[in-house]
Amino acid sequence: MKRHDIQLDSDGRLRHFLTIEGLKRDILTDILDTAENFATVGEQNVKKVPLLRGKTIVNLFFEPSTRTRTTFELAAKRLSADVLNININTSSTSKGESLLDMLHNLEAMHCDMFVVRHNQSGAAHFIAGHVAPHISVINAGDGSHAHPTQGMLDVFTIRRHKKDFTKLRVAIVGDILHSRVARSEIHALNILGVPEIRVIAPKTLIPSHAENLGVHVYHDMNEGLRDVDVVMMLRLQRERMQGAFLPSEEEYFRSYGLSREKLKLAKPDAIVMHPGPINRGVEIESSVADGPQSVILEQVTHGIAIRMAIMSMVLGRNPGGEIKEAV
Amino acid sequence: MRILIKGGRLIDPANDIDGTHDLYIADSHVVAVGDGPTGFHADSVIDASGCNVIPGLIDLRARLREPGQDHKASIESETRAAASGGITTLCLPPDTNPVIDTPAVVELIARRNDEAGYARVMPLGALTRGLKGEQLSEMLALKNAGCVGISNALAPILNQQIMRRAMEYAANTGLTLFIHPEDPVMAQRGCAHEGAVSTRLGLAGIPEAAETMAVAQHLMLVELTGVRTHFCDISTAHALRMIKRAQHDGLPVTCDVTTHHLHLIDIDIGYFDSNCHVRPPLRSQRDREALRQGIADNSISAICSDHQPHDADAKLAPFAMTEPGISGLETLLPLSLRLAEDGDASLSEIIAHLTIQPAEILGLKLGQLGVGSVADVCIYDPQHSWTFASDEMLSAGHNSPFNGWSLKGCVTHTLLGGKLAYELRDIPTL
Repeated sequence: MKRHDIQLDSDGRLRHFLTIEGLKRDILTDILDTAENFATVGEQNVKKVPLLRGKTIVNLFFEPSTRTRTTFELAAKRLSADVLNININTSSTSKGESLLDMLHNLEAMHCDMFVVRHNQSGAAHFIAGHVAPHISVINAGDGSHAHPTQGMLDVFTIRRHKKDFTKLRVAIVGDILHSRVARSEIHALNILGVPEIRVIAPKTLIPSHAENLGVHVYHDMNEGLRDVDVVMMLRLQRERMQGAFLPSEEEYFRSYGLSREKLKLAKPDAIVMHPGPINRGVEIESSVADGPQSVILEQVTHGIAIRMAIMSMVLGRNPGGEIKEAV
Repeated sequence: MRILIKGGRLIDPANDIDGTHDLYIADSHVVAVGDGPTGFHADSVIDASGCNVIPGLIDLRARLREPGQDHKASIESETRAAASGGITTLCLPPDTNPVIDTPAVVELIARRNDEAGYARVMPLGALTRGLKGEQLSEMLALKNAGCVGISNALAPILNQQIMRRAMEYAANTGLTLFIHPEDPVMAQRGCAHEGAVSTRLGLAGIPEAAETMAVAQHLMLVELTGVRTHFCDISTAHALRMIKRAQHDGLPVTCDVTTHHLHLIDIDIGYFDSNCHVRPPLRSQRDREALRQGIADNSISAICSDHQPHDADAKLAPFAMTEPGISGLETLLPLSLRLAEDGDASLSEIIAHLTIQPAEILGLKLGQLGVGSVADVCIYDPQHSWTFASDEMLSAGHNSPFNGWSLKGCVTHTLLGGKLAYELRDIPTL
């Protein structure tokens, strides 16, 4: 059976951005290089470029999010696009039918891009499979499946600190089982040639066959952190205590929380990352989150540049617009 | 009505027949095989040369959506689809609305079947009232009304003491108990096989243990109660191994498998193809190989479609939010025949898994074409291959993951009790 990647158009360029899995290294490098150009836009007095003037981008959030939605909104506005924010209570669209109806209504308003966040894995693929041909979809997080813009901004941040991906040892610590961020990070790091990716968590938070993702599994943080160049912490959802995944926040922090002591096991110049929002004292000690090795706030800044890069690449594909000349 | 089916290759595993034989039918029964009875004048002759003539297929599990879900399908639409697939007998699980837990519902279905049936619909009665797992249903009354087995369908019975009593009582009725082995808590919220694919896609997994724990628990109770038990939809190698051991130990247990579990695995979900959302989930390649082996060694007695037609909306949502199930009547025969092509079992063994063996599980004198048998016949062209298109399905549900597959074994005629229930008009092409 033939199966084409719906993310790519017939020329192999990004039509949607749904997952990092399966993308070529060139595309990832393109995104990172483009983001590098945009990173300076935010530092200028006039923070806008006219790349997407006249385009309409809809932030379609079926799941609450402040930070991700804000950075998408800022990214779109800095590209001079018109932005519409729609927050939908998932319970009112539990039937796929009304979800599609809503999409078709938005299509009828001549939108160009949907930025979608949804609590169901596969929601972005589902929407991309049903939109009109002129509309692009960007996945802003779907269930436990993928959060590809977060994955890209994380590797962007790594590249700014560590020059060569092929010499790195990276540890991802926390709730791998439920984390779309971890999955996207793992795909990005593997595609960019990182030779050793470790995931560190108790057995209850490691998914079945995790090794197949291309990682080494550690259950002991003291072993897993040894000599790594990058420590990527994940947010721990409080409801994991109810599901019997963990006994208590205290025990989790003692065993898997990043303290100054534990960080000493990593390389002295290791950087510490976190997708936010941080649970201080649950997965990370405040002094580490705010410490000299932390690049957590840089990640937020880079999130805007990465999202500008992806939006402009996806919407800038079609020739004959101001887009080409502006770049 | 006298019918002569002429020149076909007759394959009747029950009578150990495989060769070119004419089949003579009169008054809804087979009256002769090979040489015609003296003075037989056929009202109608079907030229079956180049075709295979087999007993009408018996599908152990098909949801027809009637009564209760008319927006999805009806007895008429689905029995018509069944006939086009060579199926003459369908076993209907009790989870209709209303539930098949009173003789009145059995009669309602029988009446609808008489009015609009292109195949024989045989209901299974509910094990507990309303399938709620609390009170026993009136199993003897259900049996007398025409139920061919007893089952709680997909509804779990959480209280094992009630399960034990229900099994004892079912044993007492002589009805076979149909079990869907799935531990409800282990399977909770899951929508895909727990493994590399569910991990990659971030889908909640259903572990193998959801099936093996349920099989283990039920096997203990079979030993205790002695009820003849049929396990539906076995999907894992491990559960099959446990059932084989129980068969070896002499427990009265049989099992079946669906065509989709014999052909598809979790990888076929691709990027969230909701047509591959089924329950139990598509498992690993290792499981699929073991299930095919189970057909060959006959530890699995029957192949069924587990037909679940859906309206389009039911499959239009993110994967986990879609309704599970495949519309499978029209692919049951060709997908089963493919196993013989693949060399997993002989053609005659495959036909047995679709005819005489499911008939034996139901205790019905069907699925065979010896003299005196009911003339339920399927005639198919084994060489004709075509591209299966789900939007051309006769079933009201077009939810098939086999869209675009090249299939072989095209049904040309289906006879139900000696009457033509289906005849191929337009020959589908590749």
